[in-house]
Amino acid sequence: MRHILAALIIGIIFGAGLTLSDMVNPARVLAFLDFFGDWDPALAYVLGASLLPSAIAYLIAGRMGRPILHTAFHIPENRVIDRQLLMGGAIFGIGWGLVGYCPGPALAGLVLGAWQTWVFAGAMLAGMWFHSVADLSVFRHGSIDLRS
Amino acid sequence: MLQPLDPLIAIAGGLLIGTAAALLLLMSGRIAGVSGMLARATGIADSGPTRAEAAAFVVGLPLGALLVSGFLRVPQVLVTSSVPLLLFGGLLVGFGTRLGNGCTSGHGVCGMARLSPRSLAATVTFMYAGFMLVAVSRHMIGG
Repeated sequence: MRHILAALIIGIIFGAGLTLSDMVNPARVLAFLDFFGDWDPALAYVLGASLLPSAIAYLIAGRMGRPILHTAFHIPENRVIDRQLLMGGAIFGIGWGLVGYCPGPALAGLVLGAWQTWVFAGAMLAGMWFHSVADLSVFRHGSIDLRS
Repeated sequence: MLQPLDPLIAIAGGLLIGTAAALLLLMSGRIAGVSGMLARATGIADSGPTRAEAAAFVVGLPLGALLVSGFLRVPQVLVTSSVPLLLFGGLLVGFGTRLGNGCTSGHGVCGMARLSPRSLAATVTFMYAGFMLVAVSRHMIGG
């Protein structure tokens, strides 16, 4: 029960940060991506500031045997940069640049009064579902293995 | 029109986001990636945290938005995309974040903080794609 309550409170803090920093505003995000237009640096401040507590936590976690509420850390150890990762990033980036929403702001923004957010979030869920049922073999060839 | 945003407010929001990522790591041992949490909460992904934890995190996001807009600062939400564009963009974001195992939060906030080469590559890729898309759509097609 404690770990569910913790996840809820952490989600609330995350959503509060996205809202306070105006990342729930697609126009703000698109203005950041519009480097050759009237550029708005807010997203760079937000992402830069977020890295500080996040990085400190990874340093602390390295000295802890296990997290406070669970038996083990689940940090991805995959170091292979493959076609799926890069194609996924590119496809996501195109959708992000089209509308100005990424998953966090699209969910936090559901209660902020714009009906378009619901349309986007519904389509996003459909895209996630499609990935789980689609034949992905076209994305599987070619990789750069950084372990070698 | 987009209202200007005080950089200090942007930094304060970023610190909150990073604090949430830090707490999730130290409390639950997990990466605070929103796309992964949503896929897990809805049952689209079958591995990761428990569905109850993922769902609690996902439900927390709009609750946090309500708290801030109720007590601190009402955000401007300006969506200019048409419905077909919202649908197409949403499909791409959903599919792409699953294929690439993460989004702005998992790769950007969490992955870059731990200097993960995969997350750095993913973040550079989606940033570049976003910049290029907006450059082409706003300055070459003339939209």
